[in-house]
Amino acid sequence: MIRDITLGQYYQTESVLHRMDCRVKLVGTLVFIISLFVVENWWSYVLAALFLALCIRLSRVPFRFMVKGMKSIVFLMLFAAVFNLFLTPGTPVVSFWKLRITDAGIRMALQMAVRLTLLIIGSSLMTLTTTPNQLTNAIERLLKPLGFLIPVHEIAMMMSIALRFIPILMEETDKIMKAQMARGADFESGNLVKKVRSMVPLLVPLFISAFRRANDLAMAMEARCYHGGKGRTQMKPLVYGGRDYAAYGMMWAYLGLCIVMRIVL
Amino acid sequence: MSLKLEHVSYVYGSDTNLAVCALRDICLEIPDGQFLGLIGHTGSGKSTLVQHLNGLLEPTEGKIFYDGRDIWDKDFSRRELRSNVGLVFQYPEHQLFEVDVFSDVCYGPKNLGLPEEEIRARARRALDLVGLSKEYDKQSPFELSGGQKRRVAIAGVLAMQPKILVLDEPTAGLDPKGRDEILGQIAHLKRETGISVVLVSHSMEDVANYVERIVVMNRGSVLFDDAPRAVFGHVKELEEVGLAAPQVTYILHNLAENGFAVDRHATTIKEARDTILAALRSG
Ligand SMILES: Nc1ncnc2c1ncn2[C@@H]1O[C@H](COP(=O)(O)OP(=O)(O)O)[C@@H](O)[C@H]1O
Ligand SMILES: [Mg+2]
Repeated sequence: MIRDITLGQYYQTESVLHRMDCRVKLVGTLVFIISLFVVENWWSYVLAALFLALCIRLSRVPFRFMVKGMKSIVFLMLFAAVFNLFLTPGTPVVSFWKLRITDAGIRMALQMAVRLTLLIIGSSLMTLTTTPNQLTNAIERLLKPLGFLIPVHEIAMMMSIALRFIPILMEETDKIMKAQMARGADFESGNLVKKVRSMVPLLVPLFISAFRRANDLAMAMEARCYHGGKGRTQMKPLVYGGRDYAAYGMMWAYLGLCIVMRIVL
Repeated sequence: MSLKLEHVSYVYGSDTNLAVCALRDICLEIPDGQFLGLIGHTGSGKSTLVQHLNGLLEPTEGKIFYDGRDIWDKDFSRRELRSNVGLVFQYPEHQLFEVDVFSDVCYGPKNLGLPEEEIRARARRALDLVGLSKEYDKQSPFELSGGQKRRVAIAGVLAMQPKILVLDEPTAGLDPKGRDEILGQIAHLKRETGISVVLVSHSMEDVANYVERIVVMNRGSVLFDDAPRAVFGHVKELEEVGLAAPQVTYILHNLAENGFAVDRHATTIKEARDTILAALRSG
């Protein structure tokens, strides 16, 4: 069900990557994504894949677990690939009816598939090794210099609360669904209209419970004197260690290599 | 119409690294018309177990039979099973959604595809059984008190006229008065209808006065399965698994140890009173 989507899910275990400073992981993921769009030749993709494979090894998250989460995105990838395959101008290789497959089209489609796969695995690796709270914490720290422009702390707080509520609401959905199924509800069969109607007994209680929880949380925060980001300190401030600087070094080296490969090859 | 569990085990998240074995090798039979108490510490697997009874969860191992037929057979209708085994979840008031009490109670029978007349008759009867008179029919379920909401939710399951009624911690979060009312109401409807009732609780006090058989769960297994007096005899073991016998049991045990000729096995306050009075008179 919904739980099977790996993207955005934390995988609890003990590894170098799990212990790494969350800012490094966030910046690293951005660098990796940028590198995917910088490079254009196949050797660079091999480099990117090797880099990613190394990170996966270090993360100790089973590869099987990541691939399981990919299944739901395969359709999107096929869609993008097919579009590229047919709509790229170039020398035709095969043509039938009004459709033409060109050599450039094949290259673009392949490239797109490889890029997307690496991109999705790369970003899910980050969420698999970083808890949502660490992630928003990293965003807050990295955006701090922009504090005079946007309410950084408030945005980060909203994000972490929203992320925290996803599993809770998912559990709640599961519970209410079961409770209505115990009353004979049928969420699967029937046509579209019937299916949409059958969602009412699920959605109404879900909304009510979400509002109730939001209310309780706001009350609890206020009762503990929460008043926004001004003057607020952290119990465990983020501090870079030697290993984090080493990771930064590796990351920049990787990006440099990608750029060099693009220029030279 | 009995339900029978044979060597049922259940594992949550079996394909992740956080697998939790919630049930281990449970064997249990629920005969017709029995009032059964299912007791265990929080996290002992009670809720997981009851979700197996109406086919909401499929056992990782083992089989479940309703009326002699395997409920996970391909041609077995689990929707029909759910109308025969009514399950009231913990905090059932969270499932209410209709604009008024009466329509909400109609939801279950409507899903069974019954004729309009029959639906209304069943809803009315279910509301009567939980002691909510006609004047509540048109009220919004969200404006009722906690105990009343819960009764509406229980009526919603009763309206399907199940042959076995399973209630998962029906007293959770209620004040003592609300608790006694709900339990009294359940005992009353058990007498009225004669259906089997499975009452889940983590408190011995709750069930001692009502049930005829107690199943004690601990860490996913059945620890005791016996009549209440026999189960309460194991005070030590119960305490080891985080449960307590009813307070009268403690009083009687203490009295007996101090030389009073009382019957230690009395479980209700009334029985305790009688045996203490008898001991005092004879002594
Ligand atoms: N949806 C779930 N996912 C994973 N583990 C669960 C889930 N529901 C319950 N558990 C686990 O199964 C065990 C039994 O839980 P439960 O049946 O709810 O116990 P009880 O109702 O007796 O308090 C607990 O250890 C609990 O953490
Ligand atoms: Mg429970």
